[in-house]
Amino acid sequence: MQKPRVNNALTGWLMVSPLAVVLFIFLVLPIVMIAVVSFWQTTAFSVIPAFQFDNYEFLFGSPVTYTVFVNTFKYAILTWMFTVVIGFTVAYYLAFHIRSLTWQVALFLLCTIPFLTSNIIRMISWIPFLGRNGIANSALISWGVIDQPVEWLLFSDFSVVLAFVHIYTLFMVVPIFNTMMRIDKSLIEAARDGGANGAQILWNVIVPLTKPGIMIGTIFVVTLVMGDFFTVRIMSGSQSANVGRLISNDISLLQYPSASATAIILLITVLIVIGILLRFVNIRKEL
Amino acid sequence: MTRYTARNGLSRRTLLKTGVAAAAGTLAAPMVWAQSNIVLRQAGTGVSAFNDIATKVQGDLGITLEMTALDSDSVTQRVATQPDSFDIADIEYWICKKVWPTGNMQAMDTSRIANYDKIAGTFRSGKLTPTSDIAQGTAPHTVGFTSGANGKDFIQEESGWMTLIPTIYNADTLGIRPDLINRPIRNWSELLNPEFKGKASILDISSIGIMDMAMVVESMGEYKYPDKGNMTKAEIDLTLGIFTEAKKNGQFRAFWKSFDESVNLMASGEVVIQSMWSPAITAVRAQGVPCIYQPLEEGYRSWGGGMGLAASLKGAKLDAAYEYINWYLSGWAGGFLMRQGYYSAVPETSKEFMSADEWGFWYEGKKSKGDIVSPQGSKLEGPGAVRDGGSFIERMGAVACWNSVMDQNQYMVRKWNEFIAA
Repeated sequence: MQKPRVNNALTGWLMVSPLAVVLFIFLVLPIVMIAVVSFWQTTAFSVIPAFQFDNYEFLFGSPVTYTVFVNTFKYAILTWMFTVVIGFTVAYYLAFHIRSLTWQVALFLLCTIPFLTSNIIRMISWIPFLGRNGIANSALISWGVIDQPVEWLLFSDFSVVLAFVHIYTLFMVVPIFNTMMRIDKSLIEAARDGGANGAQILWNVIVPLTKPGIMIGTIFVVTLVMGDFFTVRIMSGSQSANVGRLISNDISLLQYPSASATAIILLITVLIVIGILLRFVNIRKEL
Repeated sequence: MTRYTARNGLSRRTLLKTGVAAAAGTLAAPMVWAQSNIVLRQAGTGVSAFNDIATKVQGDLGITLEMTALDSDSVTQRVATQPDSFDIADIEYWICKKVWPTGNMQAMDTSRIANYDKIAGTFRSGKLTPTSDIAQGTAPHTVGFTSGANGKDFIQEESGWMTLIPTIYNADTLGIRPDLINRPIRNWSELLNPEFKGKASILDISSIGIMDMAMVVESMGEYKYPDKGNMTKAEIDLTLGIFTEAKKNGQFRAFWKSFDESVNLMASGEVVIQSMWSPAITAVRAQGVPCIYQPLEEGYRSWGGGMGLAASLKGAKLDAAYEYINWYLSGWAGGFLMRQGYYSAVPETSKEFMSADEWGFWYEGKKSKGDIVSPQGSKLEGPGAVRDGGSFIERMGAVACWNSVMDQNQYMVRKWNEFIAA
């Protein structure tokens, strides 16, 4: 009976190898390349292979780096807070208040409609809305809520976080909804029979059982926000920066080694954040 | 024999060629290109990438022009890192200073440029008129010539080998919304005037932005640069320091990187004073919003654009590229761009393609007699209007500095990045 077992092992290896090869070529190699380039030297228009720590020295020596990393975390945390509250509420409504599966699917598809246009269009459409003479300000003035246009609506941290929440909430809704749909309804009935009120059921039954979904959504949102550069540039009118912008500025000024160094530090930071998140919840239960 | 024909736009060179060809009883030169399906890929800054030009080239020469419009930094990147992705680089002179030493472009033989002698003095000797001073910064003539077909250096006199053939240029200043400011603006220092807190903007392209900043710093009386176009590290720190402080105090509403962003900022009233480019002013006005390209006492920050050939061009494609460049300088394109508010590098030939009234308004700074219409057909000015800043000589004669690439460029770029991130 030894032969089939060998074959099994071989089939197993063969089956994972296409994915492994693809990941190696398109994920591992580029990252290794970025790591290598981050030690290179640069002059005005050429990049010279070398092994020196200038790029990292400049990065850690500049006070701007720290502000920018703080900013990146600020956007990530704020966006996470709003998306988790909105995402949980929407998913909860869909999963527990809508009784028929047809309606659940229909309403769920409704949530995805904004995704029929591109990220950039959804984001840029905020600009005329929030501007000094935009719809939001003129409406508020005509209602008598304010006398002067509100300046902080656009080109501010507010508009950046607003755009992030708008773009990324669905990434929170989907995994949470998915987990909630798997919760055994009899558990809720049992809790009800045991005398728990609505809030207690929510807090002691549903939230713990939804944690893996929340965590998957969190990983989506946090990594997307931390890696973004375009939303921050457009919505802040280039007034604030996160790490992604630092990298994109470097690239546009042909400073590839410096951009690579920043990218490596960002990658390590994001991996640490995900590592910490995974400590809290075992998401394998979901997979 | 008429040497220039306004009607069909033939340059002296093509005219001669056509004459010779006709005499020999063979097809006229343009037909050759039509038969061989020559495609030239032109990568450049958005300032001169107009489909109208591509269409006209197709009609006149039979050359298909594929234009890619990018922002200045992206073009620089493209030319420096992807030499096979373009045939013609339509770039600015400061970009040339950055990318020329990479060897990705080839020099042009001025003896093959029909209108070489008529190119404005600014691009040859550096002097607009024989008596004028040369402004600070990367003046076009300092990076306009090289030592030979494969030269990687810059030569300070007319060597017969040009790096870029100048196409358009202009004198830039601040754009303002007169209806929202309601008082005269005379100095660059107004950009940082607290009166405009949260309503000012500057462009986020380091080589250009730093020059605007230098004009402001000098105008404020904070510092007088020995050479704005070549700052020391300390001067860079000082300049960006002043602007970082202003940024932290909320002086700026936004920074812009592309032409249309600047138009939107101004037209929507988010910004009332900002660095701007001439056609952006035209675009704002075309929306019916008042906007002035305000001449300032300290003078203009100028720029020049030109077309260079990719090193890889050879054979028929190279000939076609020369043909295209000769066509460009022969007048139609110049006239088209002059009506956008730019100046043509060969004004003489452009004149043939503009009405006397248009020439008077755009070039001579005279009062318009009839409507001034943009090349796309929208009305820009009625009768009796005068161009902001006046005539060509008044505007280009008051240039204080050129967009620059400094010796300390590397340092400046890093500091600029910090300023944007601060």
